[in-house]
Amino acid sequence: MFDDLRDLYQEVIFDHNRNPRNFRVMENPDREVEGFNPLCGDRLTLFLKMQGDEIIDASFQGSGCAISTASVSLMTEIVKGKTENEAEELFHQFHAMTTGKEGEVDLQVIGKLAVLAGVREYPARVKCATLAWHTLDAALKNEEKSISTE
Amino acid sequence: MTTFSIEKIREDFPILKEKIRNKPLVYLDNAATCQKPQVVIDSISHLYTHEYANVHRGVHTLSVKATDRYEGAREKVKNFINAQSIKEIIFVKGTTEAINLVAQTFGKANIKAGDEIIITAMEHHSNIVPWQMLCEETGAVLKVAPINLQGELIFAEYEKLISDKTKLVAVVHMSNALGTINPVEKIIAAAKAKNIPVLLDGAQAIPHMSVDVQALDCDFYAFSGHKLYAPAGIGVLYGKQALLEAMPPYQGGGDMIRKVTFEETEYNGLPYKFEAGTPSIADVVGLGAAIDYLTEIGMDNIASYEAELLQYATAKAKTIKGLRIVGEAREKGAILSFVLDKIHPHDIGTMLDSLGIAIRAGHHCAMPVMDFFAVPATARASFAVYNTKEEIDILMNGIEQLIEVFG
Repeated sequence: MFDDLRDLYQEVIFDHNRNPRNFRVMENPDREVEGFNPLCGDRLTLFLKMQGDEIIDASFQGSGCAISTASVSLMTEIVKGKTENEAEELFHQFHAMTTGKEGEVDLQVIGKLAVLAGVREYPARVKCATLAWHTLDAALKNEEKSISTE
Repeated sequence: MTTFSIEKIREDFPILKEKIRNKPLVYLDNAATCQKPQVVIDSISHLYTHEYANVHRGVHTLSVKATDRYEGAREKVKNFINAQSIKEIIFVKGTTEAINLVAQTFGKANIKAGDEIIITAMEHHSNIVPWQMLCEETGAVLKVAPINLQGELIFAEYEKLISDKTKLVAVVHMSNALGTINPVEKIIAAAKAKNIPVLLDGAQAIPHMSVDVQALDCDFYAFSGHKLYAPAGIGVLYGKQALLEAMPPYQGGGDMIRKVTFEETEYNGLPYKFEAGTPSIADVVGLGAAIDYLTEIGMDNIASYEAELLQYATAKAKTIKGLRIVGEAREKGAILSFVLDKIHPHDIGTMLDSLGIAIRAGHHCAMPVMDFFAVPATARASFAVYNTKEEIDILMNGIEQLIEVFG
């Protein structure tokens, strides 16, 4: 019945929505930033534990739609063990993928985040997918306590 | 009982023939804005094709024709809401501008530090923020009458808020987020007992019921054209003549003046004092056409047909496991706001869209209402005169299917 939506709502997304990974409050995080999408009310808090410039742990709390929950869940998995520069490069790649600049996307780097590529066909939903990454960007830059997509 | 032919009504709205994602459009986002009948579209096209010029200015034939159309629409609005005089009908951009106009003119002239303005906990942001801005400027205090878990005003608490400090009561006639129809007669009577003026935000109420501003005895009534099957960008502020006359102007410019020298300006009379600049002439004419269209069907017929739709939709929704209706007031207009267990309203919105169904998913510009019900957002199906029970079946079937997919 929802055949048209198969590209947007892949099974991996349902899986991460039902059972989000790293969904916990972190004790003594090095970075803690709140991300908010006022348009739809998605709200998440991202926690990072750093060792030098390496992200050694990432977790989150909050509530959002399936796309935003799956996106932040996948993100916390993939950034663990990455340096700040590597994580910023991932953010750049993810942004290019979700806004339709496929030419700039390296499939090797993007890995399983590719399941979220379908949002580029749904302009109203792109921010659901990118909220997590904008929050990570703010956390890495360590400048703000909260960010908003609007 | 339906007193009109729904097939004929649907024929009047050309957009209803559109396909969305290869499915017939099921348009259930009428509380956001509703679709336009051909007569409204034609009235605008006819004006621009045959009768367009600026109003209130030229002696030439076209200007006279355009002015007749424009002022003719004002007369229609006056009759539609049963105002006493066309002087009480001010054309504005929409409900938001109407409320801002009252806040910036009536408010600034009459509300001082320590005075109080009463609103309710179910207001749209457009009946919250203008008053907050006024309070910030003047030092007045905003008082919020609470609601219960059904989404109804707790009347006794509202009454307790009324005091000698109260200078204005501004409440929504029908809530856009919950569908609640407020007991405005009682609200107004309680305020009038203390000579407190009352503004009603009629944006949602006006397309669903007949409104008689004299019977209501409200001091201001604000509504938008685009929710009344008329073009977007036009709305109406009704105000009692004596109040409007005492209010300072809103914006300065052409049309709102009688005489200008560099030393002083004499303002125009009502309603033009509040209509600076060239107005949205064609949209006003479109509003007049929409009112003619609705008058022909009959607002009471529309109200009873929509009540039937809401009752049908509510009964069906209650059979769906995991669906919770947000807003179950006894007096309710044709709005069904709901949440589903573990499925975010935005996912509901995208999934239903793929079936050709347009609903609203979000906070409906009523974030305090969302906070009260402890939800980030709701999904909202809102009905209009052209909707059918078959469309409600398609909606409910879609909801059941998406619950299955989400598992």
